Amino acid sequence: MRHIKYTEQAFFKFLTGFACYSVIGILCLIISIIFIKGVGSLSWEMISQAPKGGYYYGGDGGVLNAILGSLYVAGGAVLIAIVLGAPAALFINSFLFRYKRLQNIIRYFLDALWGIPSIVYGAFGFTIMLYFGMNASLLAGIITVACLITPIMIRSFDEVLSTIPTGLHEAALSLGSTRTELAFKVIFKQGLPGFVTAILLAFGRGIGDAASVLFTAGYTDQLPSGLHEPAATLPLAIFFQLSSPIPEVRGRAYSAAAILTCIILAITLISRLLVNKYSKNNLK
Amino acid sequence: MYNNENVILNQCPNTGKDSLNAISIRDLNVFADKTQILKSLNIDIPKHKITVILGPSGCGKTTLLKSMNRLTDLYKALEVSGQICIHGEDILLSHKDMSALRQKTGLLSQKPYPLPVSLYKNITYGPKLKGIKNKKILDKIVTRQLKEVGLWEEVKDRLNASPDCLSIGQQQRLCLARGLAVKPSIILADEPTSALDPTSSQIIEKQFMKIKKTYTIVLVTHVVRQAMRLADYVVFMHNGEIIETGGVEIFKNPKTDQMKEYLINGN
Repeated sequence: MRHIKYTEQAFFKFLTGFACYSVIGILCLIISIIFIKGVGSLSWEMISQAPKGGYYYGGDGGVLNAILGSLYVAGGAVLIAIVLGAPAALFINSFLFRYKRLQNIIRYFLDALWGIPSIVYGAFGFTIMLYFGMNASLLAGIITVACLITPIMIRSFDEVLSTIPTGLHEAALSLGSTRTELAFKVIFKQGLPGFVTAILLAFGRGIGDAASVLFTAGYTDQLPSGLHEPAATLPLAIFFQLSSPIPEVRGRAYSAAAILTCIILAITLISRLLVNKYSKNNLK
Repeated sequence: MYNNENVILNQCPNTGKDSLNAISIRDLNVFADKTQILKSLNIDIPKHKITVILGPSGCGKTTLLKSMNRLTDLYKALEVSGQICIHGEDILLSHKDMSALRQKTGLLSQKPYPLPVSLYKNITYGPKLKGIKNKKILDKIVTRQLKEVGLWEEVKDRLNASPDCLSIGQQQRLCLARGLAVKPSIILADEPTSALDPTSSQIIEKQFMKIKKTYTIVLVTHVVRQAMRLADYVVFMHNGEIIETGGVEIFKNPKTDQMKEYLINGN
């Protein structure tokens, strides 16, 4: 009997451990392939210059246009999503408190929006763009990506807010805080790590998405120069270079992917460090 | 939300400075959707005494306590009607300054909820909201309040640390100190020792005995022994109704069967 229990435990320990380590392993494999294949073409020129003539046939230049374009598109979309998402999450959480049914229906819809493929958002953005007679531009890209990530942002903010205990609300109110003071001095502070995670999640999704910017932001070899001009993005830069028959250009696609990965890693790391610094007094 | 049509004409019972009572409650009804949680309660809570609200879980003790500083507002499904007078003012009527009202009534909840700031800032949070900005005065308040709850010696070297580094008993005393720092006249305590070990509970109980000269304390508990140790005045509740009220003598001579049964089970 004891023997069976022991074997059973060992089996499940192996199973859970295997699942965990294999995921980490696959992730490491992906990242190392990107870096190994990309390191050959990785250079200062790559991140400091826009493509020059003949770049896509192996000529000089870099992908600065796409780096900047991606940062602008994702950054702008994240800003819009925060401005729309934070009040929306507050509304769902506090004002719809009494209307559980409506609250659940809204949450259900937002969850469904997560699952819609981003090419659909791209097509939607394209239709709207045509309706207003706009060309493919940075602005159209930002708006489309904002549509894609706002539901993610609202639901993540909403989850963070709902984990803050009512006792903490009561404690702050009974010390004489107004609702505004409660929101800014207590809830914002307590929820900060969660809010930052939500923003990162949305930023990651936004900066890594190719399909939604394909028709809307367009692509150009110029550095982004205005909201109404087209802008290049890293996922599209990877896509175009990877489909090239020239091996050197394909190598550059991998180094563009490495740059994208590094941007995400750096932003995650910096924000984590900041959060740890500012939330050391939080209730665990 | 507050249905006060029938009480607007009624005068507030005297709960002012010269009165013996700190809080007067008249015909208080609380509904959650269609369930009635509190059924037309009438209580007078004496000043500078410990009033214990005793009763089994789910009898409405906490709801009664939370309606005394309008934390019932947080639960939008609750409908409160009737009259609760504190300092000669019906708090269910006045919609004007909830912050000032709540600063008159400090709250100590079942579990300690320190604010997500340092120990020092936990204590100064309330005074700062009142507009006290002078660092020296704030320092004094922190020292005085921590000494008052017997926490000073334990934390004086780490006032900038996170409340997370305190034990749960210390956190509860921190919450008491934080509540006292806004100089309330009434302390509402909702089973404040239920999450604590016996030693920490005893410290909190001793604090209550010590501070009752200057504060009116309303203590909600389901522990009969604690009620017997602390109470000056007892309110026994059952199913949202007040069954019996009186001084400590009602522990010896309970008049109702429900109270008799509860005391037997509790001992």
